[in-house]
Amino acid sequence: MPMQQMSRRSFLLRSAAVGGGLLLEVTLPKSSVAETEQASAQAETSPEVTAWVLIRPDDTIIIRVARVEMGQGNFTGLPMLVAEELACDWSKVQAEYASTSEHLRRNRIFQTMLTGGSRSIRDSQEYLRTAGAAARLMLTTAAAQRWGVPVAECVAENSLITHTPTQRQLSFGAVAAEAATLDIPENPPLKDPAAWTLLGQPAARFDIPDKVTGKTAFAIDTRLPGMAYASIAQCPVFGGSLKSVDAEKIADMRGVVKVVPLEDAVVVVAKESWWNAQQAIRALPIEWDFGEHAHVSSDSILEFLREGIQLEKAPVSRHEGDIDSAFASAATMIEADYYAPYLEHATMEPQNCTALYTDKRVDVWAPAQNSEATAAVTAETADVPVSRVEVHKVHLGGGFGRRGLHIEFVRQAVRIAKTMPGTPVQLIWSREEDIQHGRYRPVALVRMRAALNAAGEPTAWTVRQAEQSIFSEVRPHLIRDGVDIVGVRTFADAPYTFPNMHMEYAMRNTHVPPGPWRAVAHTHNPFFRESFIDELAHAAGQDPYQFRRTLLQTPQASKDLAILDAVAEAAGWDSPLPEGVHRGIAVQDSYGSYTAAVIEASVNGTGELTLHRVVVGIDCGYVANPDSVRAQLEGSVVYGLTAALYGEITIKEGRVEQSNFHDYRMMRIAEMPTVEVLLKPTGGFWGGVGEPGMAPLAPALCNAIFAATGKRIRSLPLKNHDLRPA
Amino acid sequence: MISLTVNGTEHSVDVSSDMRLLWVLRDILGLTGTKFGCGMSLCGACTVHLDGEPVRSCVMPVSIAAGKKITTIEGLSTDGSHPLQQAWVAHQVPQCGYCQTGMIMSAVALLKKKPQPTDTDINEAVTNICRCGTYTRIRAAIHTAAEKSGSNNGMKG
Repeated sequence: MPMQQMSRRSFLLRSAAVGGGLLLEVTLPKSSVAETEQASAQAETSPEVTAWVLIRPDDTIIIRVARVEMGQGNFTGLPMLVAEELACDWSKVQAEYASTSEHLRRNRIFQTMLTGGSRSIRDSQEYLRTAGAAARLMLTTAAAQRWGVPVAECVAENSLITHTPTQRQLSFGAVAAEAATLDIPENPPLKDPAAWTLLGQPAARFDIPDKVTGKTAFAIDTRLPGMAYASIAQCPVFGGSLKSVDAEKIADMRGVVKVVPLEDAVVVVAKESWWNAQQAIRALPIEWDFGEHAHVSSDSILEFLREGIQLEKAPVSRHEGDIDSAFASAATMIEADYYAPYLEHATMEPQNCTALYTDKRVDVWAPAQNSEATAAVTAETADVPVSRVEVHKVHLGGGFGRRGLHIEFVRQAVRIAKTMPGTPVQLIWSREEDIQHGRYRPVALVRMRAALNAAGEPTAWTVRQAEQSIFSEVRPHLIRDGVDIVGVRTFADAPYTFPNMHMEYAMRNTHVPPGPWRAVAHTHNPFFRESFIDELAHAAGQDPYQFRRTLLQTPQASKDLAILDAVAEAAGWDSPLPEGVHRGIAVQDSYGSYTAAVIEASVNGTGELTLHRVVVGIDCGYVANPDSVRAQLEGSVVYGLTAALYGEITIKEGRVEQSNFHDYRMMRIAEMPTVEVLLKPTGGFWGGVGEPGMAPLAPALCNAIFAATGKRIRSLPLKNHDLRPA
Repeated sequence: MISLTVNGTEHSVDVSSDMRLLWVLRDILGLTGTKFGCGMSLCGACTVHLDGEPVRSCVMPVSIAAGKKITTIEGLSTDGSHPLQQAWVAHQVPQCGYCQTGMIMSAVALLKKKPQPTDTDINEAVTNICRCGTYTRIRAAIHTAAEKSGSNNGMKG
């Protein structure tokens, strides 16, 4: 069988793991390890028909999922891609996580285990559909061989193979063992999307039933015999270090096992409950060396950004035409500075990791967006070969980018576990640690200028971004000639046609650790761009929707234009509104998809803002599970508007001022407007879904506020603004 | 020793009296359906019922819960058959799902008091935080469960 052949092979494994640009090279032993035996045993009862599909004799189909479910629905959407081509009975399909150790042992047979960048469906769709088609061909061939008939006379449908001339039938389960011995066809033909029966239809998610009963075990729910609990206090100032602790002071507290000092943190391990560990660490006298950044504040960071705006020159991210002459001949000039603060992800499941270190292997359970990187980080931290690491894959209680590139909680848990071999240790960060030790959406200050000619037509646009780079440390290859190529998206790739454009990027890295926050650059940058475009429309005396239309007339902008039109129509852009209610609009392409939003809002005499209605639309090309796409857009409305209304991490004395949901506020159900999601898939491409919905929300809202009050919001969050009509 | 009645079963736990109920449930009794979100009674992920009333177990000293009837998500039904759980599935409410058990416990308490809640009732009773943003579906699921129970017992014409 293919898998056994694989396991006999020795191969070189190159693990470009995330988290500090770690690179591991590991030669795996020729002999099989325990998991291989386990996998082989499973293969005997559930033959593997391609690496992705296991079929039991009772026709149960198990489809493996390599990426991780963190709420976005890929635990169902990814199997749909396989099942569509497999032509199986969807009601008998179960999803199961692909094993990380097996993935590494079998030379990355599951392609990638990274979940992020709205990539699960769009980056897997081809190889998963191909696997499904290959498996169908193998099953059909196995049936044909058993009957002694040509394969061409057999068709597979609904988990049954039929020999058309004789109408004989065999189920997938009946021939799976034989199919598993066949070579995997390399380029099986794929269905025409018009023939899809599963993809594009709403499917109930596999993970939901257990999520309403409490049965779903998140990483934080890991329960192992003899498990100890750990609570951590990290140096409040980023870059600081631990000076000393008085462990004696807490030695007699209930359950305390030990105090583990780390370079920039200290951990208390306790028995019985995390409560004990948490009580003890709160009582633990700790002295920190705050390091060189203890003087940094939000004000000093803003000043640092302003210097970036004022620099005479900065690396160029886009240049078209002749800015100087366009500005010289302008009838109207518009200039504005925009600002967006740091944001923390606040996943509902706080950072945590359970680790068990023994002399044979290291097991970890972690809410991490990349189990392969988790394995690599575990191996490096424990100083064992990655072949001795088992990462137990679990659903995540939210991800939003927090736990992809940055999984320091895994490193911490493994370090603690290594000091207590044989004892499983569960490290949980308090919410305060989570808010104050995040990987923050970077601060950004942007200055934009534009010129209109006498006819009110835009002729030139310049952008100077002064922003912190997320990737300069963790992904240096994304920095080209001083430009963070992710950080400039929305501007450098703007679909608007200005005859003259000049854009610059001044990298302004601070000591506050940055990270990819849901939609990454497409959170703040669309707020800047789409608000500024609104300013231009008003300066030109034009309707903001029509103004955008005139700038989106090239073929390259046709999908932006189409989704803008669709959303404007669905929202009834030109229809009358109740007294005091006003609309704002925005459009943005991101992650290979096209989104637009119209928001209706009102502001009363005391400056109180009410959100009435959000219409948000997406063209993501093809759709796997439309209900999951809807849910992602609905969720984006909350995540995006929470940030616009309240989201702000501020820095004082080098540390984060906010600590929990009382001062880092979240939208709740009472604040929800009516949300209408418009799916306008035009086919022909696969766009992302988890993040694109975020992009148009903040600007659409702020543009509505301008329409309502005449106040142009140029910095977020809105809670800092007096919205009373001027 | 502190005596607790959780989901109809009596337990005797040897813990400090100020230990919060959440951690007794999760770490001592192994009932992990009740979640830790904030530790400050802000997010509601830890919502359980004390004598039928929704409480935030992350701030509730276990001594206060002693002698009272505690219901957790595990005690709602073993098979997801509670009308609210069914409505949650029908509307495909959960995304990551971490906050949802607390959400459901808040909603169950609401429907006990107000079998046909208005949107305002929902706003006031379900103040839990969901970062995935499932609020619209939560509202719809509560209304669906209310309508079903209303039509089942003939209270609604």
